[in-house]
Parts: sequence; C-alpha cells; structure tokens
Amino acid sequence: MATIHIDGRAYEAEAGENLLQTCLNLGLDLPYFCWHPAMGSIGACRQCAVVQFQNAEDQRGRIVMGCMTPVTEGAIFSLAGDKAQQFRQNIVESLMLNHPHDCPVCAEGGECHLQDMTVMVGHRDRHYRGRKNTHRNQYLGPLINHEMNRCITCYRCTRYYNDYAGGTDLAALASRDHVYFGRHQEGVLQSEFAGNLVEVCPTGVFTDKVLVHDYTRKWDLQSAPSVCVGCAVGCNTMPGERYGKLKRVHNRFNAEVNGYFLCDRGRFGAGFVNSKKNLLYPGLRQPEGTYDALDHHQALLHMQQACTTGKVAGIGSPRASVEANFLLRSLVGAENFSPGFSAHEQPLVMEVLQLQQHTAAVIPDIATIESADAVLILGEDVTNTAPRIALALRQSVRNKALAMAADMGLQPWQDAAIRNLAQDQRNPLYIASVADTPLDDVAEVAISLAPNEIARLGNAVARNIAGEVNELPDEPLRPQVEAIVTMLMSAQRPLIISGTGCGTGTVTAAAAQLANALCAEGKRAMLCLVVPEANSLGQAMLCDADAPDLDQLQHRATSGEFETLMVLENDLYRRGPRFQIDALLAAFNQVLVLDGMDNPTTSLATLALPAANFAESEGTIVSLEGRAQRYYPLFKPPAERRPSWVWLLACLKELTHKDVEALHHFDDITRACANAIPALSGITAAAPDHHFRNLGQKIPRQTHRNSGRTAIGANVSVHEPKQAVDEESPLAYSMEGLNRAPPGALLPFVWAPGWNSNQSLHRFQGEVGGPLKGGTAGVRMLLSGTPSPGVSNYPEKGEPPFLDMPQGLWLLVPRQQIFGSEELSALSPGLCELVEDAYIEICAADAKSLGVSAGDGIVVGDSLATLEVRINDDVAQSCAGFSVGLKGAENLEALHAVSLRPADNWRRRAPTPGSEEVIGSDRALNSEARTRGRARQRPARPQGTVPEGPHV
Amino acid sequence: MLKALASQFRTLWTILQHSFTKAETVQYPEQQPYLAPRYRGRIVLTKDPDGEERCVACNLCAVACPVDCIALQQGVKEDGRWYPEFFRINFSRCILCGMCEEACPTYAIQLTPDFEMCEYDRKNMVYEKEHLQIEGTGKYHDYNFYRVSGLAITGKDKGQAQNEAEPVDVKSLLP
Repeated sequence: MATIHIDGRAYEAEAGENLLQTCLNLGLDLPYFCWHPAMGSIGACRQCAVVQFQNAEDQRGRIVMGCMTPVTEGAIFSLAGDKAQQFRQNIVESLMLNHPHDCPVCAEGGECHLQDMTVMVGHRDRHYRGRKNTHRNQYLGPLINHEMNRCITCYRCTRYYNDYAGGTDLAALASRDHVYFGRHQEGVLQSEFAGNLVEVCPTGVFTDKVLVHDYTRKWDLQSAPSVCVGCAVGCNTMPGERYGKLKRVHNRFNAEVNGYFLCDRGRFGAGFVNSKKNLLYPGLRQPEGTYDALDHHQALLHMQQACTTGKVAGIGSPRASVEANFLLRSLVGAENFSPGFSAHEQPLVMEVLQLQQHTAAVIPDIATIESADAVLILGEDVTNTAPRIALALRQSVRNKALAMAADMGLQPWQDAAIRNLAQDQRNPLYIASVADTPLDDVAEVAISLAPNEIARLGNAVARNIAGEVNELPDEPLRPQVEAIVTMLMSAQRPLIISGTGCGTGTVTAAAAQLANALCAEGKRAMLCLVVPEANSLGQAMLCDADAPDLDQLQHRATSGEFETLMVLENDLYRRGPRFQIDALLAAFNQVLVLDGMDNPTTSLATLALPAANFAESEGTIVSLEGRAQRYYPLFKPPAERRPSWVWLLACLKELTHKDVEALHHFDDITRACANAIPALSGITAAAPDHHFRNLGQKIPRQTHRNSGRTAIGANVSVHEPKQAVDEESPLAYSMEGLNRAPPGALLPFVWAPGWNSNQSLHRFQGEVGGPLKGGTAGVRMLLSGTPSPGVSNYPEKGEPPFLDMPQGLWLLVPRQQIFGSEELSALSPGLCELVEDAYIEICAADAKSLGVSAGDGIVVGDSLATLEVRINDDVAQSCAGFSVGLKGAENLEALHAVSLRPADNWRRRAPTPGSEEVIGSDRALNSEARTRGRARQRPARPQGTVPEGPHV
Repeated sequence: MLKALASQFRTLWTILQHSFTKAETVQYPEQQPYLAPRYRGRIVLTKDPDGEERCVACNLCAVACPVDCIALQQGVKEDGRWYPEFFRINFSRCILCGMCEEACPTYAIQLTPDFEMCEYDRKNMVYEKEHLQIEGTGKYHDYNFYRVSGLAITGKDKGQAQNEAEPVDVKSLLP
C-alpha cells in the first residue's frame, strides 16, 4: 500500500496500480475511453489526464495520463485542478468534432460511455466550424451493426478483437483523422466473440443489430440476472425485456466465470424466447391429429388422469432446471426416470461426473483456466462446444508474456509494452483433436487423430509421467508423447482439457488419468471436462449411474411396463436417429410433453403443456465446473405458459404425493432436492431465497427511469393493473427497491449516477476488475475431487488401438458448430442466418478416391443422410467429420463406421452472389493466418500392426 | 395610523375601479378565447417539411414524461429511418406539462392550443399514433432531423448531412 494525495486529500492505494484504476477504486470520477479493466492501458485517448506535482513545493505540476501512471508512495495528483479539467474538456471536444449528431437514432444512446464522459467533463459547445469527416459503413454480418461516423478512435475494438480474442479480420485502416475500423472487405466478422464489440465500444460504432431493428433504450428494459443456456460454461447474463419480448442479452460480470465477455452464441442466441413457435396453451391431441387448446385446469386434470392410469416413465432434460427434473423424477420414481441424454451420451456424461468427483486435480473455473501455464486439449473443440473457455485459453497462453513483463519490472496493465516485449512468445498449448480447431493459431502443436488415438496419446503421456515402464517402446506417437511430457513437466499449473465432444469416454478417462498423474508428481494440475448442455452435469448429479437410458426405457415400454411417457423440455429427435425415437414414442400409449416451443416431439404428444423458457421462469443449473447458478424470470410468461416446475408441482399436489406436501415455493423445491440428492446438497446456496431483502427492500428489475407505465397497457384497459408480484424471488417486477451492491446472483442491471453505460460496473465491484461487492454468483459443488489414495479409479481398459478402418468405411467423427449445434440458439433471429447446412468433411485423398470434390453431395451409410462434401486435409485419416446438430445430419451418430458414396441427383448450392466470395476469401485468409508457420500434424498410422478392434 | 388608513382607501379605490374595466371571461363555448400557439394543450405528432414522419422513436418523450403516459416501440423503415411502430399517449393521465415537447430532439411531438378533450369514457382518452399524427409541421416549419443527422437514409447519403464532408476514402494514400 502507498499513500497518495489527490486534491489535497490523502488516500491509501495499491502501489504499482495505475492511477486511473485507483481513482475509480476510490470512487472518484475520472473520465476515460481506451482503458478497459480486462485489457489494460495504452494511453491512446488522452482522456484520463490528471496533474502530477513533483513535490509539495511544486505549484505548476505537469499533465500525465492517469492510466499510464503507476501509483507511488507520496505521489501528489490533482483531478479537479483547472489545467487538468480544461485539458480533459478539450480532449472530449476534439473527439466530438466529427460526431454525427445522431444520438436519437443511435442504439447506444442512454447507455453511451461517450455521452457520460462528455457530461462528466462539462463539454457543451462546439467551437470548430469546419466540416465533419464521414465514413461509409460496412456490412459485418447479421449480428453486428456498423456506424463508423460515431467513432472516437480509442482503439478498444481492435485491441479487443485482435489482441484479446485472437480475431484477424478487423483492423484500423488509413491514418490520421481518416482512421477507419473495419474489415478489408465487407463480410461477416469471423470471430466467435465478435459480439463483445457491442459492449467494448464506448460509443455506438458497433451495436447489436437485432436490437437496432427492434430497439428499446436501456432505461426501459426490464432485466433480471440470468445464466446463459447455450452451453455448459454457465456464463452470467443480463437479458432485457420490453413489451413481453426479449430485446437483448448483455454480459453480467462474474469474476470467476465469464468476466467481462460472452461468446456470440450466448449474446445473440437467446432470441428463440420470442419465437412464433412458442406454445401458449396446453393442447390435447384429437384422434384426427388436431390439437384442442385447453385451459390450465383441464390440462392439469388430463395430466392427473394420465398419471393414474398405468405406470409412468419420465424423460428429463439436460437443458431444463435441476428443480423441474427433480420434480419429474419424484413424480415417476427414480427407477423410471431417464435423464434425457442420448443413449450414447449418457454414459459419457455420467463418467465425466465420476472422473471429476474422483480426481486429485483442481476443477478450474474460467479465471483459473486463464492462470494455466501449459495446456493440453484432448479431443475437444472448445471454441465450438464451450466457447468462453477458448477465449480464456487465449489469455492463458499470454502468461508467458506476463511472466516476462514481471521479470522486467513492467506492471501487468502496461498492455502495449507487454505485447511488444513478448511478440509471438506464448505458453505452450497442445491440441490433439479429430480435425482443425479455431484455437490452432495459438497452439504450439496441433495434431489430428481419431478419437481413440487421442485417448492412446493421453494414456501414453500419463504413463510416462507416472514413470511406468513404457509398454510400447515402438509407440508410433512417441515424438508427440515426449513433447507433451516435457511441456507438462516444465509447467507449474498444467491444464488438461477434454470432454464429451469427440464422443468417446476413453478420451475423458485418459485426460483424468493424466491430470492425476501430474498431481502425483506434485503439480497443481487442473482438469476441465466439457459436457454438452447447460445442465448436463446437474442432470448427471441428479441421476444414479444406473438410471435408465432411452434404449432401456424403450425396451421396458415395449414389454408393456409403462402406459404413459412424460417428456420434460426435451426434443427427443435430437437424441437419436429418427427411427429409434419413433419406436420409443410408439411404445407408449400416451405421451405428455412439457416444452416451450413446437418441435417434432411436441407434435407427437397426446398432451402438450406449454412450459416457460429460461427468460420466463426460475431455475438452477449446474455448469461444467460444478457451479450451481440460478436464473430468474425477466417477465411473467404470457397466456397459459407456466414454468415446468409449476406444472409438475401442481400435478404432484393433485395426486396428493406425500413428498410435496410441504412444498409451496420454488425455494422449497430447491431445498427438497438438496436434501434428497447428496450430490446436489449445495444448490440452495446458489442464490439467496425469496425472503432475502437488500437493506429491507426488494431488488428492482426496472431502472428508476422506466417509462410508459400508464400507457403500456392502455390500449387493452385504461385501468392500470397492479404491478406483477414476484413471490418466488427477492426481485420485483417494478422500479421499486434497491439495486445497490446486491448479492452477485441478484444483479439485474448496472447503473450508477453519472455512469449510464455498462462501465458503471466498477461501482458494483469491490475493486475495479475484481469480484462484485455482493460476492460472486453461484456455488461450486466440485472444487476438486476426493481421490481415494492407492486405488486406481480407472479400470484398465487396455490401450485403445489405432484406427484401422476397412476399405470403404469411414469413422464418423463429430464436428461441432458454435452456431447450429445447439438446439435453441440456432432458432434465434440473426444468428440463424449463420447456421450452415449440414456437411461431411473428408480429406482430399479420400475425396479423390470417392471421386467427389468440394460442394458435391455424398450419401452416408445406407441413405442415413445426403450431405455436402467439404474437403479438409486436417481431418484425421479414415475419419469423416459430420456437423453435429445441423439440419440434415440428425440420423448420424458419432463414432459409427459408415460407407460413403457420391450422391446422384445432387444439386450444388448456388453461391449467393458476392457474399460467398467474400466469406470464402476470409476463410482462406483466416486459416492461412492461423496456421502460419505451423502446419497441423497428421501422423501416419502403423499399418497392420494392430488387430482390428471395436471402434465404436 | 394615517398611513394605514390611506392604504385601506387606496385598496377600496382600486377595487372600485375594477367595476368599470372589461371582463376577461368570455361566453365559452359560444365565444372562443384566444390561445397563444405556445399554449400547452392536446399533443400531436408532426411531419417534417418533406412530409415524412418526424418522430424517430428515440424514447426521450416517454422518459421525460412525469406521469409515464407515453409508450412507443421503435422500428426501422426500409429507407433506414427510425419510426414508431406504435405511439400511444394516455391523455387520461397526461398533465399537459410539455416536458415531452422539450425533450423531443426532432420537433416531432408538440403541444397545441386545443384543450377540449372531454370524454364520458376514459378509454377514449387513449390516443394511438393515427390519432396523434398530423400532416403539417406544427410550430416549427423548417427543421428536418435527417438533414442534420449523420445517419444515412435513402436519398441522403453519408456526407450529405449538414456540415458534413464527403466520405473518407480509406484506401487513399494521400496525406
């Protein structure tokens, strides 16, 4: 700590911290533009000028930039001095010279950092009489709107996009007052994290395109703390609602999870909430196939009847809340409850949980991932399955730069200096996957292997580290194994990442074994295992290891055990090939489906019940790091839509089920679940219960400036209804209450006097960039496992053999897509335009032998699917990558051996004029930039050395 | 004492004088009083000199309204203009304070010298956009927001707004 003097007052501050951050920490208002807590200082905008005095005698002082000035003992500064104030005012005036007078039609207006700073410095009149510079805008894709005239050249966008997120297609072009931030050519921004530009840009150059076309100002949005349901990372979000529609999603800071940034799937993938396919009323299927709308009383009656005639089986969902799944499980009984994974995926997810529960390694959150100094990725394409982790990995490889800076005595916030110092030197990242991944550009080595070969590689490394005798002295992967061992053994905090993404449990087991071996060597090893969906891990915790999978349920139903099937928020047609799911549903006399949206499963239901989605209901979900987090409704669901837990609790009450007698509120269910399921005993601590009050008051969902209360509903009735009451949470559906330092899990929006933009966040943080004053949201239920000493947790399965496919067969390996592989986000407006058609990826040699070229059609198996061919020489040999979850690939299953043949009558997709060309060239540009100097390795397999074994 | 008496008489005299002045009250409704153009009565939405809607749905009137009686939703027209998809004023709540007019950056919303808004049914006091929109420019005849603002719309490209230079050629190497 150091004592500094600001405007005659003494303050205690952290020595070595920059003055700007210190001032904000102390609650002083110092304007700034280019500095960002996650990206450090470069001193580009000259806005945070202060006067520094040499000593107590110095009366003149000199102007320094706050963000570039380290705090030292006894330093004397002035913020309020005339010289500094005048300087800051002049800077804003010069930044505003070319500002285009369009705040009323700007989507940033009302939450604009430039507006705030202009007001803060007191600038009012424009003295410059010259003409304003103007710029043409670019089309940057369906998600981001570009309005270059508003730019103040703070360089935050390119620093974020290129330096932080590893993008290659956004740059500062031209010079002097012509500087332009854009692409070399119009086209879709290629980074998976481009959406953060909306929040990073201090003004309205980059705005949310979907919001711009259906706009609501920040002060009118009704927001609630929520959790992204796009993948298993569990990023915290602040979605906003107006007139019953979800308008936008902003990042909700969580120091341990998403920090300041979201991926584009999370930011733009929640639009499905407004879908026209939403179910509004319960529907009862008539014999002729039509549906009759019911009210909730009748629906409940039918539900009750269905549960009393014969035995009921239940299929839960890894995308529904823990509470809803728990109630369905109570309703049908644990032995009749299937967690709702596909039969292939269920053992994988169950094993991931087991491995995490019994590992000596640390289960890292995202902030901890960023601290890793060596990373090995086994089989998982994290950019497409758990994107936020990929962004964290891009920071972790920079730890080398930070270490070099520390050696030189450079402060970690000296961003430009550190990047200059380190150049391309990074911590090692080693990727073994089935084909190229978007992280390849920062990888030291990237290697393409078939899934089981990846496991073999992992096992060999684990053995080597554990000092076991190498059973395979002529191991063909020996050079790779040695490289990885050297890398991991020279690290202090090695991180092993794997997951269910490549479809086999051998890989996750190998990763866990490797992490354990590293722990045994005294390393602080970390193990991160990725699961597919938002609540996959919670679902695994809820269910026993022997919970029936979909196939078992079908067998039991066919034998006549069940009468009724109840499906909870789960489109089963995404869980297996069509014929299998048809057979499953046909085995039941009645099928009840609770879901928010019309989908193939609800279309076959005898009774479809409209279930509220994440924006309309509360729930707890467990992220891949075992963090239980609660999301809250933004608005009351319309018509007869009710949260699943309400439907199920009502049904259980009607059935006078003894377990639910004492359950009245949502919190009661959470508590009952925590009591009944030991693995989930922590979930009650995920967020305060509905009795919580913030200094005696509820926490408002609306800002104090929310407008239109007496006119919103006046077209329906001029008599204003009472504000909706939220009995299930400490949040209020109104502007009444107190949003000051609420618990981290209950932060609905950020705003502070004078700080209307998202930069007001620092007023909610204990220390700028640090955890929220109210604590970090969520509760960790898996910090580190409890390994049983001396006992190997991993049954020796024998070394997985090298892939040796017979002639004419290929192994289907999954290729995930950030846009499209997840069910609901793919339905969101804007984002849906980026969802591609399903495809098959094979290497050029295989394409040649099949006689196809890129863009041709190919028939997979016995007409399982006919898909477009893409040539990708980075796909492992004898493997064919298929796009998971995209339309057309429904019947394909991972790790099945299939035949391929050219399709007859295939019509090549006509390229859309212009766009195709642009995107294509960017791809080439990107892949070139990404693999610059380091080609992906495709080691040759030993031929005929390994007997043919099971590949599946 | 004398001073106080004088004051009393002066007061009586002043009041007596009023018996001979012309009455301000008029025989409303037969006789209509004069109301200045700036009078704060019924609210209208105006059009710009080119006959296009002035309202850009910026929401400033709604947020300025102390009784929260304005609700609207923004939309974007094909030509790039922002416009209100709906615009609703609940006149049964309106206090005719004129804050909306002061807040409006485009002179779209204006108060008029018409106060005759009596209804037997409160719901008839809810005005939608079609009830509010007038054809003329109201009190401000010349202002056209899009001629000043940098946002490009069909017919007005970048660089054609007030005091704007031609768009920068990013690829130019000239200093």
